[in-house]
Amino acid sequence: MTGTGSPSIPFTRCIGPDGAAVGDLPDFARNPAELVRLYRALVLTRSFDAKAVALQRTGRLGTFASSLGQEAVSVGAAAAMRPEDVFLPSFREQGGQLWRGVTPLELLLYWGGDERGSDFKAAREDFPVCVPVGSHAPHAVGVAMAFKLRREKRVAVCVLGDGATSKGDVAEALNMAGVWKAPSVFVINNNRWAISVPVARQTAAATLAQKAVAAGIPGEQVDGNDVVAVRAVVERALARARAGDGPSLIEALTYRLGDHTTADDASRYRDDAEVSAHWPEEPIARLRHHLATVAGWDKAQEERVLEETAALLERAAEAYLATAPQPAATVFDFTYAALPAELAAQRRQALEGS
Amino acid sequence: MTTTTYREAVRTALREALTRDSRTFLMGEDVGRYGGTYACSKGLIDEFGPERVRDAPLSESAFVGAGIGAAMAGMRPIVEIMTVNFSLLALDQIVNNAATLRHMSGGQFSVPLVIRMATGAGRQVAAQHSHSLECWYAHIPGIRVLAPGTLEDARGMLWTALQDPDPVVIFEHAALYNMEGELPDTAGPVDIERAAVRRPGRDVTLIAFGANLHKAMEAARLLAAEKIEAEVIDLRSLRPLDDATIMASVRKTRRAVVIDEAWRTGSLAAEVSARVMEQAFYDLDAPVGRVCTEEVPIPYPKHLEDAALPQPEKIVAAVKAQLGARA
Repeated sequence: MTGTGSPSIPFTRCIGPDGAAVGDLPDFARNPAELVRLYRALVLTRSFDAKAVALQRTGRLGTFASSLGQEAVSVGAAAAMRPEDVFLPSFREQGGQLWRGVTPLELLLYWGGDERGSDFKAAREDFPVCVPVGSHAPHAVGVAMAFKLRREKRVAVCVLGDGATSKGDVAEALNMAGVWKAPSVFVINNNRWAISVPVARQTAAATLAQKAVAAGIPGEQVDGNDVVAVRAVVERALARARAGDGPSLIEALTYRLGDHTTADDASRYRDDAEVSAHWPEEPIARLRHHLATVAGWDKAQEERVLEETAALLERAAEAYLATAPQPAATVFDFTYAALPAELAAQRRQALEGS
Repeated sequence: MTTTTYREAVRTALREALTRDSRTFLMGEDVGRYGGTYACSKGLIDEFGPERVRDAPLSESAFVGAGIGAAMAGMRPIVEIMTVNFSLLALDQIVNNAATLRHMSGGQFSVPLVIRMATGAGRQVAAQHSHSLECWYAHIPGIRVLAPGTLEDARGMLWTALQDPDPVVIFEHAALYNMEGELPDTAGPVDIERAAVRRPGRDVTLIAFGANLHKAMEAARLLAAEKIEAEVIDLRSLRPLDDATIMASVRKTRRAVVIDEAWRTGSLAAEVSARVMEQAFYDLDAPVGRVCTEEVPIPYPKHLEDAALPQPEKIVAAVKAQLGARA
């Protein structure tokens, strides 16, 4: 994968599709233990997606958006963050959520339609998944302004899709973040497809990163299948934000190897040959090749990671399936902090009627 | 007692909020140096600085959304939308986000956001700047909707709204800003739950809110000259509605006319009317009447605009039609 960029939009890659380093690696990437940590997170994300899709296909989970092939965007962005930063994910960023401490059980509950899954036990200040597309970009500016007003060295990190960049609220948010120097980082997970619409029919702009130019903020591209590069670029953006230099826009170039969601069949509008051509660039194999070269990663280590991950997810799935559904009485619980009298009456009526 | 205006009461409330709670900040279009389109924040930038009295770009969706984000991150923002007409650009944030994020986060997050906006017609600003869409917001569970119609409420509702863990939308009718009156020096926060009986009466209940409260009061004065005693209820809170106060009055007077500057179809007047039918049908001597805006785009020329809007004379006529039903 190469940057489609223009001279003013830098493109960063640290590890190529063959696993070979491109130039000097950032410090964290010279530490094999840190690379293994990232690798395990990628594997966990892909395995989680596979488990979730399997549960959906057998009627035990709702519609689910797999991040197959895009795991490095989310994991890389989250790995760059500090715990006290705030993550505002769209609906394909489970990799980052898992890194930040959201549990596989919570994610399964959420995708199974149980909002208790979005009441995170850890990551108490991270936002719930944003499904409406891009509407969380203004929220990120607000979170960032809260940090700025309180003089806290924290940053809001918002991940959105390529389709979201066509939306007015996203353009407004980038512009406002720029004006207010809001300590925020916007990461575009450009998987090239917004359901059935390819990015070429989303915009005539050569890059999505250049939308930063109009907002007066730094914009750059990164190889979104290279978790080291994503982490490095987001770390730099976070450092700028923490130093008071305002927001950044990062376009991570990746590819959606799967369907939009389990409710979609991409073969109706997308050529299989196009998908096949992108498989050699996927993020997990490249990091594995790199680990094999620099740290002697072998078959036994690989199998141990896969087994541990599978066991973890099996336990999560069992706990999910064993979770008693919410009783009907809870349907009003999270409408208001305290139920107004007329809703309390509706609640009584609903319960008597059932 | 101090003689003051509705505008000054709003400004005093804003000043109180910014003084008492360091988490509070005001943002919106022209709220800073300009002092707000209706001058409600005049001078506040000098007292509290441009960080806490913050001019926003012309981006309703973004600055309302930023209010949501800041509220969820522990602040107590007050967002001023210049008028309800522009709030349409922020509907996704208000309806789809502010009202749902407690639910969508399984209760992890509250959204303690206050949104203020001017509403209403009557100032010759034509069809695109004269909407009364309070009923759209009152339709949405997850938010509270207030309509201060008096100086006391303009002064007192804001602080109480800021204490609410859920989003509160406050509608200030633009025709009220110049309204003068007396405000006790001790005036402060008020309850935001209950409707208020602004004038007692025995023959008919007039139910109104915002600027139309005063048209209802004027109608009551005209009716009193004809020995018809109207009770006037100020809804104050449009969501939730205070059914108890409404029904107690209607059961006493056995007649109700609802005055609402919105278009009749799907209006709050329709909702109040349905509730009276559901809860007090057998106490009524006449069908509930409604005085709403004619279902046309609001005209610019004054005589046409006046003709389109609820007026005291129309209210009087609606009451007489009710009393005619007694015979």
